[in-house]
Amino acid sequence: MTHIVYVPIDATARSVGADDVAAAIAREAAARGEPVQIVRNGTRGLCWLEPLVEVATPAGRVAYGPVDVADVAALFAADFLRGGAHPLAHGRTDDITWLESQERLTFARVGITDPLSLADYREHGGLRGLRAALSAKTGSDIVEEVVRSGLRGRGGAAFPAGIKWRTVAGAPGPQKYVCCNADEGDSGTFSDRMLMEGDPYVLLEGMTIAGLAVGADQGYIYLRSEYPDAERTLLAAIEAARAAGWLGRDVLGSGRAFDIELRRGAGAYICGEETAMLESLEGKRGMVRPKPPLPAISGLFGKPTVINNVITLASVPIILDRGGQYYADYGMGRSRGTLPFQLAGNIKRGGLVEKAFGLTLRQLVYDFGGGTASGRPVRAVQVGGPLGPYLPESKFDVPLDYEAFAAAGGMIGHGGLVVFDDTVDMALMARYAMEFCAIESCGKCTPCRIGSTRGVEVIDRIRKNERRGPNLALLRDLCDTMTHGSLCAMGGLTPAPVLSALEHFPEDFQR
Amino acid sequence: MSSDAIDQALAQSGHLPGGLLQVLHGIADRLGHIPPEAIGRVAAALNLSRAEVHGVVSFYHDFRSEPPGRHVLKLCRAEACQAMGSEALAGALERRLGCKFGETSPGGAVTLEPVYCLGNCAAAPSLLLDGQLRGRLTGERLDRLVDALVAPAEERA
Repeated sequence: MTHIVYVPIDATARSVGADDVAAAIAREAAARGEPVQIVRNGTRGLCWLEPLVEVATPAGRVAYGPVDVADVAALFAADFLRGGAHPLAHGRTDDITWLESQERLTFARVGITDPLSLADYREHGGLRGLRAALSAKTGSDIVEEVVRSGLRGRGGAAFPAGIKWRTVAGAPGPQKYVCCNADEGDSGTFSDRMLMEGDPYVLLEGMTIAGLAVGADQGYIYLRSEYPDAERTLLAAIEAARAAGWLGRDVLGSGRAFDIELRRGAGAYICGEETAMLESLEGKRGMVRPKPPLPAISGLFGKPTVINNVITLASVPIILDRGGQYYADYGMGRSRGTLPFQLAGNIKRGGLVEKAFGLTLRQLVYDFGGGTASGRPVRAVQVGGPLGPYLPESKFDVPLDYEAFAAAGGMIGHGGLVVFDDTVDMALMARYAMEFCAIESCGKCTPCRIGSTRGVEVIDRIRKNERRGPNLALLRDLCDTMTHGSLCAMGGLTPAPVLSALEHFPEDFQR
Repeated sequence: MSSDAIDQALAQSGHLPGGLLQVLHGIADRLGHIPPEAIGRVAAALNLSRAEVHGVVSFYHDFRSEPPGRHVLKLCRAEACQAMGSEALAGALERRLGCKFGETSPGGAVTLEPVYCLGNCAAAPSLLLDGQLRGRLTGERLDRLVDALVAPAEERA
């Protein structure tokens, strides 16, 4: 009997040696005469256990990790191919509390299937959403299903996806586009990457459904260049989907056309801002466009354009498959469905937690995350990327719901959490926020372009105790100008981490 | 050689609507940088002004105007990696390589660049070495990586 062994091909797993582990398992199996088939799956999202090796047994998949090349011989000796006991064993993967207590809707297949296998995709519920969309009478039936689901943009702005689609569907003109924003640049976020590497077809399916809904026949994925693994996977997936007739002039034999082209970004954070992304897709400098006009009316090449991020589009197939109400039954308030939270930075058990809205930072940081990796006390958590505020422990019990969290001074954004222990210097983190803005500003508007540089200088003076009082007042004044005078969220939200550091950790500015 | 690379990149992506970035990536993938002679050639082929092409090259971090060293090491300096000690690694790298971020080590072995997030934030700190992602870095692991890049003779020189 051939044993099936799963070794993730996800970039995180590969970054800590998964390729070498897979090769070692193949070598050891050959030497011992054990027939083994190695499947390179996506990651289960238990990143602290990567490389997480799984073995198919009659009782289900059994997990071992983190596996080092040096552990492989001992695993064979412990008969891990039949689920044998070993210090690295975690029992059945599905029973691991961390995973078992999640609600995996968007990430249902990630880590389970071979990312590029068309057969795996079909067998695990793939294409059902697309078939439902193809059997809808009109595009607006699809749009209304998405409206019913309550799905909001997962890239950060949380605008209702269905409403945006309705605008594009209603905009006049024969040529429309669907653009997937895969420029996941926020530190502490990796859900887009994990999904693209672990289940690329669900993104292609979601984009195709969006195209059917609004009457677009061409899609673009704007992928950041920092994700070479995702690029390889997506290119292979697009090619395979075309060959299988899932994409192209006759999608699943329906007579409807939709195709997708992958475009690689070039290392500019600002191109995650939707209008800068459009400029970049058009081959220009990634300079932010003033709004209006909305991209839904005049977007790529001046045509009506749906722009959604990876997770938003990848959540569409299950909505069409199960119905908008099924998705809307998860969550709280106006935050419906699930969000893949990402636990990152100084955290003991980092990885991906997909849960319905409404849980708390405390649950994520302590119950899932297990506190800091360093074992020291948690001092601050930055939620929502480099433009998100730093939150102290007193804010950890606010429910993660877009409105409730914002009312408490937070921003859910893309759902990334970066945990810091008590060795962090929050004045330095505030300085970094300004410095990052200075490096990445597109330069179109003055508050962002000049303000960020002045911000670094003012914080430097505060840290050196040069006229500290007046300079602190100046910093707040500068933040006010950037907040209210910037053209987009880059300059407009850079003050958020700065002001939150001042508010919650003032002692760090008084050293 | 650079002329061939420019031709190949144009043949591959020159027809794409708004495909300037893809053409430039095609050149950079082949040559490691965008040589000055590429600006005029690409501008002519895509019916753009030289200023437009130069503007794009200078806007994006990925497009270098100078050839890089034999290896390109991009250390992540964003928040999640900072929370796991990346700034200490950054300092150690600069001292070891004898160059600052944005520069190439004196022997030409390594071009050192910052990068702001590699999406490996649950296995921080991280770097990208010649396109290969490495995570859970420690000072020791980083030393071993650099040892393999910098020939001992070169370091003595």
